Amino acid sequence: MTATLERPTTSVATPPGGKPLYKRRRSKSWLVTGFAGIILFVFLLPLAFMVVSSVKTKDQINDPQGAILPRSPSTFEYEGRDLDLFSVPMPDGSIRELAMLQPGRQSSVFIDPANVGAGPVEWDGNWRTIDRLETLDPTWANFGRASELMNFPLLLRNTVVIAGVGTVGAVFSSILVAYGLARFKIPFGRTIMVVLIATIILPRFVTLVPTYAIFFRIGWLDTWLPLIVPTFFANAFNVFLLRQYFLTIPHELDEAAYIDGAGPFRTLVSVLLPQMKAAVVAVCLFHFYFAWNDFFEPMIYLSTRRDLQPISVGLRTFNTQYDSFPELIQAGSMLALIIPVIVFLFAQRVFLKGIDLSGVQK
Amino acid sequence: MTAIEVDKGAVGEPTAPPSRKLRDSLARRRGRAGLWFVMPWIVGFFLWYAAPMVASLWFSFTDFNLVADRDTQFIGLDNWQRFFADPEVRRTAMVTVKFAAYALPAAVIVPMGLAYLLVSRALKARGTFRALFFMPSIIPFVAAVLVFGGVMSRQTGWVNKILGLVGIQGPEWFLDRTWIYPALVFIGLWGVGNAMIIFIAAMNSVDRNLYDACKIDGASEFQLFWHVTLPLITPIIFYNLIIALIGILNYFLVPFVLNSGSGAPGGATNFYALYFFRVGFQFFDMAYAATLAWALFVVAVAATGLLFWSGKYWVHYEYRGN
Repeated sequence: MTATLERPTTSVATPPGGKPLYKRRRSKSWLVTGFAGIILFVFLLPLAFMVVSSVKTKDQINDPQGAILPRSPSTFEYEGRDLDLFSVPMPDGSIRELAMLQPGRQSSVFIDPANVGAGPVEWDGNWRTIDRLETLDPTWANFGRASELMNFPLLLRNTVVIAGVGTVGAVFSSILVAYGLARFKIPFGRTIMVVLIATIILPRFVTLVPTYAIFFRIGWLDTWLPLIVPTFFANAFNVFLLRQYFLTIPHELDEAAYIDGAGPFRTLVSVLLPQMKAAVVAVCLFHFYFAWNDFFEPMIYLSTRRDLQPISVGLRTFNTQYDSFPELIQAGSMLALIIPVIVFLFAQRVFLKGIDLSGVQK
Repeated sequence: MTAIEVDKGAVGEPTAPPSRKLRDSLARRRGRAGLWFVMPWIVGFFLWYAAPMVASLWFSFTDFNLVADRDTQFIGLDNWQRFFADPEVRRTAMVTVKFAAYALPAAVIVPMGLAYLLVSRALKARGTFRALFFMPSIIPFVAAVLVFGGVMSRQTGWVNKILGLVGIQGPEWFLDRTWIYPALVFIGLWGVGNAMIIFIAAMNSVDRNLYDACKIDGASEFQLFWHVTLPLITPIIFYNLIIALIGILNYFLVPFVLNSGSGAPGGATNFYALYFFRVGFQFFDMAYAATLAWALFVVAVAATGLLFWSGKYWVHYEYRGN
């Protein structure tokens, strides 16, 4: 039924409603798309707020009547003074952009920035009734200040090291475990899968106190080790995703490699992994985002080492210190999220595919 | 690692077609090799899950304290007695439950609604919409909280300005005991991406023939959703409910970043996880923190168990699309 209706040119069906079906379909399509667009607009509005606020001055943000975009009065430099620009209605009906030399209640003196040589222009009327000219004036310096105050380069370095090494550990170990679970008849294989999935829903605070105590005793507090070492023991989410992917690859491939004399490890590296680049990339991205986001554990393990903290911890400290500077807070947030967002926009296909894979089978 | 070395010798050597005997020995060897591959997780499970959980339980019967300069004593049920008499436990648990009443429905309905919109065949540029609706989910939570803190601020935030345009006096979102929970839910909405993608996948996997059959019988859009889509995606609803539930029990970051865990306004954001954090990592009363954590674990298991039990009555597993 749908097949013929989907092609408007071949469809001549005209329902009792009047308009041909394909036209109704088209208007419905615009309606749905417009509706989705409005929701998306509202959904992303906070992001626009952040972008705009991060290039405003504090006064521009705090002005309740302030414009949406960062604006300041336009000025013109004349004989060493900054004169405000106004749009002045002239007696002949035209409107000219003039710089005010001398305000007055009955008449004011202006000068034409485009034609200084013509000398001052006298204008009759109250200057308070005419509009001041404003220009877009983003305060880009906010980013520099925020970056300097929160020591962004250092935070970035810490985050990249923690996330980078952690990603290597997580991906490497999760591939091995997922391979083992997907391709071998392991004793208690099913039990392992069930326990593995159960760890996803385990509240993490249950293990936190003893783990913290141990790290404290062996002197790992105030180092990156508590954040990095555990990643080398595979985590449930990644293993599950990779296992799903392994299961989609036909067993014949392994068997062929086996007959050619490849051992299990060789089979994994040269036969299976090249088939699942997308899944590996997805897992890399997931761990990257996890590490970039991770807050609680870096905070407790690196509480006294400001110089080792990653970005989310640094950003929150920055907020507690400078919360009376909303423009810097928004600029700092922007710095913290710009890299993940850019990476996502480039890699969104692989990323979303990975989530599909982890979700459908549950 | 050993598995790798053992197998290296075999690489590249041509093998004759395996006899039965050889095949059996191969299978055994493969089983053993498989165990080596899974070993990182098995070791990790005992190291990071099993042992700490047991230790945590043991701590709850002691006066273990990291900073005190004395030996740890076994004190029986003292911590647990304290737990059941602790008014702060009751208060923070109530806050968490109250928040769950708002957040749990939102955590299912919002991503499901978005997914329903995004699988609509009438929607243009579906892929772009999908990516953009997902995008806020990868924004670091701390940054998201700060952005929402700005956009929902009373005087200068856009939310209240927009409400003002239509003549509504916006509330003081983060300082009002009534509005704080919706405000927290709004912040959480930026994280619905994962659930949304899973819902989309589930809705796409519903067999289209079912829709066509119902349409011929004259079913409306709503009836299609209510009687076809919804029952078939109940496993996904169930899954998202569990994930959201665990997230709420662990709810810490947003209130902590919002007001440093002060509980403002008037204790309304004093969540259980914040109390745990204060006890364990500000007062370093590790034994009592372990007690709080174990209690949380018991509640999580009970709540998940309850969900699984209820699932018998409303989760449909009998039909799978495709």
